[in-house]
Amino acid sequence: MRVGVFICHCGSNIAGTIDVAKVAAETRKIPGVAFATNYMYTCSEPGQKEITDAIAREHLDRIVVAACSPRMHENTFRKTIEKAGLNRYFLEMANIREHISWIGLDKELNTNKAIEEVAMAVSKAMQDKPLFSSSFKVNKRVVVIGGGVAGMQAALDCADGGLEVVMVEKSPAIGGMMARLDKTFPTIDCSICILGPKMVDVAQHDKIKLYAYSEIEEIKGYVGNYQIKIRKKAAYVDWTKCTGCGLCMEKCPTKNAYDYFNFGAAPTRAINIPFPQAIPKKAKIDPKYCRQFTKGKCGVCAKVCPTGAINYEQQDEIVTEDVGAIVVATGYGLLDQERLPEYGGGRYPDAITGIQYERILNASGPTSGHIIRPSDHEEPKTVVFVSCAGSRDKSVGVPYCSNFCCMYIAKQAILTKDHIPDSQSYVFYMDIRAPGKGYDEFTRRAQEEYGAKYIRGRVSRIYPKGKKMIVQGADTLLGTTVEVEADLVVLATAAIAADGAPQMAEKLHISYDTFGFYVESHPKLRPVETNTSGVFLAGACQGLKDIPASVTQGSAAAAKVLSLFSKDMLESDPAIAQVNNNACVGCLKCVKTCPFGAIVEDKLRDGRTVAKVIETVCAGCGVCTSTCPCGAIQLQHFTDNQLLAEVSTICQM
Amino acid sequence: MSDVAPKELRIVGFLCNWCSYGGADTAGVSRFRQPTDLRVIRVPCSGRVDPLFVVRALLTGADGVLVSGCHPRDCHYSDGNFYARRRLEMLKQLLPFVGIDERRFHYTWVSASEGQKWQQVVTNFTKQIHELGPLHEKKEKAV
Repeated sequence: MRVGVFICHCGSNIAGTIDVAKVAAETRKIPGVAFATNYMYTCSEPGQKEITDAIAREHLDRIVVAACSPRMHENTFRKTIEKAGLNRYFLEMANIREHISWIGLDKELNTNKAIEEVAMAVSKAMQDKPLFSSSFKVNKRVVVIGGGVAGMQAALDCADGGLEVVMVEKSPAIGGMMARLDKTFPTIDCSICILGPKMVDVAQHDKIKLYAYSEIEEIKGYVGNYQIKIRKKAAYVDWTKCTGCGLCMEKCPTKNAYDYFNFGAAPTRAINIPFPQAIPKKAKIDPKYCRQFTKGKCGVCAKVCPTGAINYEQQDEIVTEDVGAIVVATGYGLLDQERLPEYGGGRYPDAITGIQYERILNASGPTSGHIIRPSDHEEPKTVVFVSCAGSRDKSVGVPYCSNFCCMYIAKQAILTKDHIPDSQSYVFYMDIRAPGKGYDEFTRRAQEEYGAKYIRGRVSRIYPKGKKMIVQGADTLLGTTVEVEADLVVLATAAIAADGAPQMAEKLHISYDTFGFYVESHPKLRPVETNTSGVFLAGACQGLKDIPASVTQGSAAAAKVLSLFSKDMLESDPAIAQVNNNACVGCLKCVKTCPFGAIVEDKLRDGRTVAKVIETVCAGCGVCTSTCPCGAIQLQHFTDNQLLAEVSTICQM
Repeated sequence: MSDVAPKELRIVGFLCNWCSYGGADTAGVSRFRQPTDLRVIRVPCSGRVDPLFVVRALLTGADGVLVSGCHPRDCHYSDGNFYARRRLEMLKQLLPFVGIDERRFHYTWVSASEGQKWQQVVTNFTKQIHELGPLHEKKEKAV
């Protein structure tokens, strides 16, 4: 065996704190190493050529690259050695950058650690076996989870690209947060006017199948071949019969149901259609409030429905869809006001959240677009906006910036002045974050043209006094305390991960951060992909973003799906489990432990029972390998011999 | 072959590719300083770690072994880390029977975004191993 070792300087990233020449010199002493060198940038074109040349010149048959993390460049170097005629699995990488040079400053210790990490990689490389991938068919259908603007964009782009799309939306209507907004910054377009046509496109597209009021129950399979179980929640209305006439809603005697669409800005009926432009425009009963469910008698809606669509006995229904890729666009949620006791914690009717105010401003909202105080229905003349209500506040567990509040506050201040010309808005802010196109100009307009008074400082307390709300805060520019007597207070409550985001991530086998936002494959270069191939992210579920950014990511996710589906066959990863029939005793423990059901019982011709791996289903975790009592089932590329070779190398050095 | 600095001890880390290896990468990218004693072996899943690997390492020269995977319920392979948890907890309880202080073995969960947590895990475990001292008599080196 002739191992070639290439040690990368990575400019000064590695060479700055590791003596790379010494690593190369020490590596040459390892038995089996035929060639070792160091190079400025191994990943560069000349760097890769150095590898291919050395393979030919020195007759190398295993390659070790000591450079950055294999999560970064493993694929690059696999392709390089493949070009030079070696099997792509004859490559090992020693991570001497992220795991050594970037975390320690002591050059001697770092160099010593690098030498040993390289020696480990060499010992593993010597055990590398050639592996060959097989190809499998791709099911060119995609499921989009979430029907907000990001999900709709992804669905429409995929469908226009000729793919069959399944859209799953958990609420009764698509549109997400954007459908709730009155206007959008910085242009002040009417939100539903620009979103509505897209919603109609989704509903009418012959390639898009919409499951509204449905949730993902279970996801099985792998890239190219996912089986998705969808739970169609019982609406207690037969949607094939419902025409969306709204008569039931008009006649429903329960008038105090919580309105999820309006974020509780006003109550709604127990049977309702969330908003006039809803798609699908179908009614649904909230059994938490419906008298038929709580008291066992009422039945008014059933009596008035002209098509007899009401069905109190309806049950959840499970359907299965087979797809090849998944776009996750589950959006975000908002911090509960209860978490902000200093701002009233939701006890004061005239201290409302930004989204509630948005609904009050909206012509289709509970007040038909008239700005009135929730407490006495009077027009407020002084409105105070509090930005960062929870955001950038470690004490409520939201240390990050919610991204879009500064902008929507400016918009709401402008709209307030538009609606009530003799009103005065105050905005308490920490910093004005307006980095988008036309954004800074917009916040300036709110101040200069619309006379909103911006006060730099935080609000410490809000409390009622007579008919007024007293807002106490600081003006850090003047170094004084400020007290504003307000008629209405609008809190820009922090945006947080969507309800149930971690549970969804667990179903998808993708990772999420401490706040519940999904983790992309690479923060800079792979912002749409996840570490699970075939699963892509769009919109605020990955991190808070405004409408243009969500739409961009929706389109990006669609582009990724389309490029994935541009091939009819995909190559499988050959680093999967393999059974040695001679060693297998047929105990079938591996069958029980495999998380994917990828191992089945098989009968050999001589009648012996052995385990058999279904190649396309095996995901390569290796749980079976550490289960097998006789080492008969081995995860390729991470066999017992390979890992033990590494252990022996470290322990004996 | 190489001179092990006298202050360094031998710690072997098994890191799952999807979470903890990524977490260690994140720690590196963020330049979170860590002790240099740890040597990392990348495995696809913490469920791939055979408890015998740990024992082998401790018997043949390691002073400590660290296994780190994805947080429970967040496994890339859905429940590989549950298998790891059972096996490794069992192993931890058995180690004293073979005469090894169970504090020399630690398993934990670090996600790919938790660079800072990784720094703490490495720092604390290294400190713990240094408090326990070397497990093996230092071998005479052939020069």
